Amino acid sequence: MLRYSLKRAFSLAISLAVASLVIFAVIEIAPGDPASFMLGVNAQPDTLAALRTELGLDQSKAERYISWITGMLRGDFGTSYTYRTPVSQMIADRMWVSLPLALYALALSTAIAFPAGIYAASRRGKVGDLTVMSATQLGVAIPNFWFAMMLVLVFAINLRWFNAGGFAGWDKGLAAGLHSLTLPAIALALPQAAILARVMRSALLDILGEDFMRTARAKGLSRRQALWRHGLRNALIPVLTIIGLQFSFLLAGSIIIEQVFYLPGLGRLVFQAISARDLIVVESVVMLLVFAVITVNFLVDLAYAAVDPRLRSRT
Amino acid sequence: MSLLQIKDLSLSIHGIEILQRVNLTIAPGEIVAVTGESGSGKSMTALAVMQLLPAGSETTGSILLDGEEVLDLPEDRMCELRGAAVGMVFQEPMTALNPVKTIGDQVMETILIHRAMPRDKAEERAREVLARVGLPPERYPLGRYPHELSGGQRQRVVIAMAIALRPKLLIADEPTTALDVTTQAQILDLLKGLVREYGMGMLMITHDLAVVADMADHITVMRRGEVVEAARTRQLLTGMTHPYTKMLFAASEHQVSLPETVGQMPLLAVANVVRDYPLPRTSLFARPGQHRAVDHVSFTLHQGERLGLVGESGCGKSTLTRAILGLEPVQAGHILLDGQPVYSGNKANLAVRRKMQVVFQDPYGSFNPRHRVDRLVTEPFHLLENPPMGSERRDRIAEMLTAVGLSPDDSGKYIHEFSGGQRQRIAIARALIIRPQLILFDEAVSALDVSVRAQILDLLADLCASYDLTYLFISHDLSVVRTITDRVMVMQAGRIVEQGETEQVFSDPQHPYTEALIAAAPRLPRRRPMIAR
Repeated sequence: MLRYSLKRAFSLAISLAVASLVIFAVIEIAPGDPASFMLGVNAQPDTLAALRTELGLDQSKAERYISWITGMLRGDFGTSYTYRTPVSQMIADRMWVSLPLALYALALSTAIAFPAGIYAASRRGKVGDLTVMSATQLGVAIPNFWFAMMLVLVFAINLRWFNAGGFAGWDKGLAAGLHSLTLPAIALALPQAAILARVMRSALLDILGEDFMRTARAKGLSRRQALWRHGLRNALIPVLTIIGLQFSFLLAGSIIIEQVFYLPGLGRLVFQAISARDLIVVESVVMLLVFAVITVNFLVDLAYAAVDPRLRSRT
Repeated sequence: MSLLQIKDLSLSIHGIEILQRVNLTIAPGEIVAVTGESGSGKSMTALAVMQLLPAGSETTGSILLDGEEVLDLPEDRMCELRGAAVGMVFQEPMTALNPVKTIGDQVMETILIHRAMPRDKAEERAREVLARVGLPPERYPLGRYPHELSGGQRQRVVIAMAIALRPKLLIADEPTTALDVTTQAQILDLLKGLVREYGMGMLMITHDLAVVADMADHITVMRRGEVVEAARTRQLLTGMTHPYTKMLFAASEHQVSLPETVGQMPLLAVANVVRDYPLPRTSLFARPGQHRAVDHVSFTLHQGERLGLVGESGCGKSTLTRAILGLEPVQAGHILLDGQPVYSGNKANLAVRRKMQVVFQDPYGSFNPRHRVDRLVTEPFHLLENPPMGSERRDRIAEMLTAVGLSPDDSGKYIHEFSGGQRQRIAIARALIIRPQLILFDEAVSALDVSVRAQILDLLADLCASYDLTYLFISHDLSVVRTITDRVMVMQAGRIVEQGETEQVFSDPQHPYTEALIAAAPRLPRRRPMIAR
């Protein structure tokens, strides 16, 4: 198990190094000089040169990559070109919205998907299964921004249970913070839950056909006991893969939902930074997201090994 | 009083008749074997006793288990009986265990689910039964996972689960079919011993008549959902009356007579061949280890010769087959067909490749289901420089289909329209169509029922006469190899430990491994000649 974890950690480090190179290269290739963008088209050449020196844009590419990476390792992400504030501060502020939102949505999606998937699998072909399957079909098909607007219409405007947008901040307490993240979390979670429920169902159905499930029944386990004791853990392997992918998406892919609910999250930060050619912010956020995605995959790998003993011994 | 009494049991699944008025009785301490070919309903009879039938099943008749009418029992009472009063052992030990749970947990589960004893006692009992089935806890601790055990060891765990609560009835559905002969002999001994020791009744489902004859007190022969004959074993073996039973026994010891071989020109020369597989790295920087699957193997196959290759699973016979086909490179030695290397320049040598063809074991998986028979049979034509076209192609297809006992009209059909035996005939037609100098039969009759197997063996003998076949027949089934080859090689752990004239090797084995293999193979007792056929 330890050896397996170390090997995974090693490949995590390699992935991060490669990803940082790729991100740096792609953003360098992107057209548009941030200095001239900041000063406008009528800028004097010497002012432009001065700003380029100040931003470090006159250094060689290798030097800039090294200083970017070493800075990040120290927690120094540089200074935003447009806002003139430390990038690390900006990201930290947004992270306190985006990360809880992603976790909240993931918890919701899992909490809905697991029971729905298990229920549908245990009632295969019956009315319950068909109902769950139709509902998930709908959940996959509905675009989440439209669903978000419907949520706002019903729960914020008509029922007035929630605010239509904005974020209360954590200083007013956990409950207030969670309250303002509830509608966005639901909007993010439902389509994911629909996908996850379908994966859960089909994984379980595959397992139900396995020989060891029949063995379990021959031992005297009821259908339900066999499903819980032998089916679930085996079905978890494909489900974990999807959960890993979904978390990455929830963290980075919530740009639209953040716009709809006017949340100061990472998605909006990237969106604004791209429009303003604020390369240093874009680079940092993208790198952070890549870090998150790779780390989540690492955790999923560890979870596989916890679930499946065959992976632990195959070192 | 009988332990299990099945009376007039009929079963239909989604309206299709599966079993018709089946009768069967088992007394305590008695082994009753149900035998028959695939589709005879023998497994369904066992599943009916367990009430683990597939959805859409309807049963009529009566199954009395220790005085209780199984067909009337509610599901929760059935759960109480399964595992406690009836234990069951299945065919596939590789998949019958949950891969993510330890063997200890899985054996203990049988005990705990019935609340038969507290956890610590259950653990003790699990150790006891595992030791009883030959997995002593010193060497096989309860914390082992199924993937750390071999097929035979896994089957022992399945048996331990089934007998943990000392059920009155043990059902074994083809318990040794997936195992090697030496392992099979051990497992059969174990089952026999358990029945005697615990006084259990045993319902044994098997297609292997030799196993039946050796084990059972009583034999029931089934065909298409009906019992055709049932009697005490000795009585049935000496005085079988039903033509189907007679056919079944005749087919399972079917002998063919091969035509004399002509010529002694060497065709396939295998010299000092070594095939290594890299093992997974044990640490990041260590060199990966090697597993030697084929270890300095040398032999020569002459033109017109029929050579057998026998050995247990993992002995390297499939690896050797792949190397001969030029599918993989070898690490040392060389393989020449007709003087040319089978593998050259990092790929199979096509000039040589068109001189040999192969027939595989699985008649279901080795065809593309979307192609018609004419296209399937002519697949090897792509190896030729000038493949026959038009009417010539049609004639070749018709000739081959006729040669393997099918009709030229079958060329427009799809593969799902054929039975397993017919598919294997098509596979043989496909191999023969480019008149290869060498054919490899890789367990080509192992998946077939005995009666079909007898027909295919006859077909091979006929084809030897009309097409002068030269082949390498790879099989784990000694009785088949004995009748269908002139010379045989015995392979163990990557090495050929014995080779010689087939009759010579079988009647007077020189190597201890060959002896063990022949001794372990179950055999039908010689029937006395006075019995009328």
